[in-house]
Amino acid sequence: MAEVVTRQFVPASQAAVKDVQLRQALRRAGSGFDGTRREAIAEVSEEVWEGWREQARKIKEHTIGHLDYYLAMLERNVAAAGGQVHFARDARQANAIVSEIARRNGVKTVTKSKSMVSEELGLNHVLEANGIDVFETDLGEYIIQLAEETPSHLVAPALHKTRGQVAQLFAEQLGVPYSEDIEEMARVARVALRQKFLEADMGVSGANFLVAETGSLVIITNEGNGRLCTSAPRIHVGLAGMEKVIPSLQDLAVFLRLLPRSATGQRISSYVSMVTGPKRAEDEDGPEEFHLIIVDNGRSRLLRDPALRESLYCIRCGACLNVCPIYQRVGGHAYGWVYPGPIGSIVTPGLVGVAEAKDLPNASTLCGACRDACPVQINIPRMLLHLRHQQAESNDENERTSSDTDKLLARGFANVMSSPLLLKLGRTVGRAVSKPLAKSGKIGETRLPLISRWTQARDLPVPAERSFRQRWRDELSKDGR
Amino acid sequence: MSQPPPVRASLFVTCIIDQLYPEVGVSVVRVLRRHGVDVDFPEGQSCCGQPLYNSGFTQEARRLAIRTLDALAGSDYVVVPSGSCGAMMRVFYEDLFADDAENLERAQQLGSRVYEFTEFLAKVLGVADDVTGDDAAGGDATGSEKVTYHPSCHLLREMRVRESPRRLLSGCSGVALVDLPEAEQCCGFGGTFAVKYPHISEEMLADKLATITQSGADTITACDMGCLMHIGGAISRQNLPVSVRHIAQILDGEQA
Repeated sequence: MAEVVTRQFVPASQAAVKDVQLRQALRRAGSGFDGTRREAIAEVSEEVWEGWREQARKIKEHTIGHLDYYLAMLERNVAAAGGQVHFARDARQANAIVSEIARRNGVKTVTKSKSMVSEELGLNHVLEANGIDVFETDLGEYIIQLAEETPSHLVAPALHKTRGQVAQLFAEQLGVPYSEDIEEMARVARVALRQKFLEADMGVSGANFLVAETGSLVIITNEGNGRLCTSAPRIHVGLAGMEKVIPSLQDLAVFLRLLPRSATGQRISSYVSMVTGPKRAEDEDGPEEFHLIIVDNGRSRLLRDPALRESLYCIRCGACLNVCPIYQRVGGHAYGWVYPGPIGSIVTPGLVGVAEAKDLPNASTLCGACRDACPVQINIPRMLLHLRHQQAESNDENERTSSDTDKLLARGFANVMSSPLLLKLGRTVGRAVSKPLAKSGKIGETRLPLISRWTQARDLPVPAERSFRQRWRDELSKDGR
Repeated sequence: MSQPPPVRASLFVTCIIDQLYPEVGVSVVRVLRRHGVDVDFPEGQSCCGQPLYNSGFTQEARRLAIRTLDALAGSDYVVVPSGSCGAMMRVFYEDLFADDAENLERAQQLGSRVYEFTEFLAKVLGVADDVTGDDAAGGDATGSEKVTYHPSCHLLREMRVRESPRRLLSGCSGVALVDLPEAEQCCGFGGTFAVKYPHISEEMLADKLATITQSGADTITACDMGCLMHIGGAISRQNLPVSVRHIAQILDGEQA
C-alpha cells in the first residue's frame, strides 16, 4: 500500500502555506474548476441540478445498501462477457493478483490510465520490483511519475506544479528543449507515450463506474489515453474500489451528467469509454483477457459504520477540494496519503485507521462548502464531527486526540457554564488575570501558552465590565414592558 | 379593533456576547422591542455546548445542551444573535441526542422554535419585506456609512439564511451596503481550529482582511461574534481603519 505520512500533517501544512508557487497553482486551479462548475450548474438551473443530486444520492444509498447483491450481479455479468472478476481484501492481495496475471503472461511493459485505487495500492512500485516497466499515460500522472511524486488532487494529479516547473522537468527528464507552451508540452508527452502504447503487453485502468447489469467498466477521460490503455495491449486489468458499482445503464446516465460538471465544469468529458469483457470473436481488435480487480482495503469497515458509510458514495469528482479553504491553502500532499481534501479527511482515517490520521478530521472549520458542492450530497462536516467524537472519547490511546489537559479544560468549561456561581467567579478571575495583560481593553501579543496561538495574529478582548445577564438585571428587564 | 397580541420571544444571547460583547445583546433587545416583541431572557441559559461538541466532547456538550433545553422549554420563539449557536440548536442537537429519545424530542421541539436574529426579523416579523432586490450596492452612498457583510458559514450553510441580513442592511437608513469580494469564503475562525491550526487560520484570515479592504467599507458586519472576534482581532492588531460591528448594532443605530 502507498506510504502513509499523515502524521506529518502539521509540519507539512506549515511548509505548504508558505510555498508561494503552490498557493498560486492552487488558487488558479481551484477557482478555475469551481468557476466552471458553477457555470455548468447555472446553465441547467439550480433546481434541475438539485434534482439530479437527489437522484444520484438515492442510487448510491440503494446500491451501497445492497452492495453484496450488486457485486454478485456484476461478477456474473463480467464472466458472461468473457472477463474475470477478482476480489481483493487488501492492497497486498490486489497487488499479488495483478503481479500474477503479469507473470503468467510474461508482461514486460504496462501502460496505465489514471487510477486513484492503483495509487492507494502502490501498484507501480510492486510491478517495477518485478522488473516490469510501468508508464502513466494521463498527462498529469505522467508528469508526477517523471517527478517521482504522488498526485495532489483527485482529478488533476499535477495541480501543484506550475507550467514552468513542468517545462523544467521535461527538459531534464526527456532531453527536450525548454518550452512553456502547453501544446508543445502535450506534444512531447504524446510522442514519448505513443511508442509505449504500441509496446505495452498489459493495460491497467481505473474505473469511474462499474455497471452491474451489463458487467461494464466505465472510464471518463479527456485525453483518450484510457481508450488506448484498455484496447491496445493483450491484457486489460481494471482496478476499482468496491463502492464503484451501480445497478444499471440508466443509473449511469445520472452520473454522466453529474461527474464531468462537478469535476471540470464540462457538460460531458471528451471520452466516455465502456468496456465489457475482452475482445469477442467478431471484434477486430481489443484485449484477449479482461480482469477486474475489486478492492476492499478497508472499505468494508466504512460500510459497516452507519455514521461513515456515506463516504462510500463519493464519485471522486474533486469538487469538495476545489471549494475547501483548507485544501486551497495546504494542497494535497500535506494530507499525507492518496485522497486529500474534505473527502480525504474521512476516507483516509477510514481506510488507514484513525490513529494514523488524527489531524485530518480536526483541520477543518466545518464551513460546509464541501457538502454544498458534493454532487451526491455527502454530509462531510457531520462525518468530521463523528470522527472528532470518536477520537476525543476513544479508549484506544493511539486513536485519542485529547490530552488529559484537554479533557480537564472541557469538563471545567462545562462546569463553569453549568453553574451561575462558577460563571460569576470565572468572570472575576478572568478579568483579574487578563487586566494586567490588556492595553485599552485588548490583549495583544503575549507568551502565555495557548492564548499566544490566538494573539500571534489577533488581539483578544477581555471580559466586559458587566456581563449581558448583569445588564439585563440592572436595566433591560426593567424598561421592557 | 383590538391590537394583535405581541409576539413573545426569548433571547438566547450566546456565551460570547454575554461575557465579551454585552452591548451586542443590548442592541438585540432594543431592536426586537422596537418591533413590538415582548422579549424575555431566561436566566438558566449559558452556553449551547457547541465548542465542546465541535471538539469531540459529546458527554460534556450534552450537559450544556440539556441545560439549554431546560432554560428554553417554555418559550414561543427563541432568538439567537448567532448563526453558529443557532445551527447547534436547530441542526446539531438532533445528532447529539440521536440515542436519547426523550431529549431528541425536546431538541426537535426547540429546533422548530429557534431563529437566528435576522431570520426572525425577516421571517417572523416581516421586517424588510418591502426592500426589493438583495443588493443595494452601487446605490447613493454619499454621507452614508459604507458597510460590508460577511456571511458566516453556519448561518449560510447550516441555517440556510442568505438574504435576510443583506435585505435588512439595505433597508437601513444611513447605510450603504457594499459588496464583499469572495464573501462566502470562511474567515478561518472555526472555534478551536483557530488555535489548533493557527498557520492555516491566519492565511484564511489574511485573505478575508484583504477582501474587506478591497470592498472599501468603513464597517464590517456579520451575524456572529465568533467570526467578528476573529476578524476584528486582526483589524485591531493591524490598525486598519475599519470598524467591526454585529448586525444588531447597525440595525439598532439606524434610529438611535
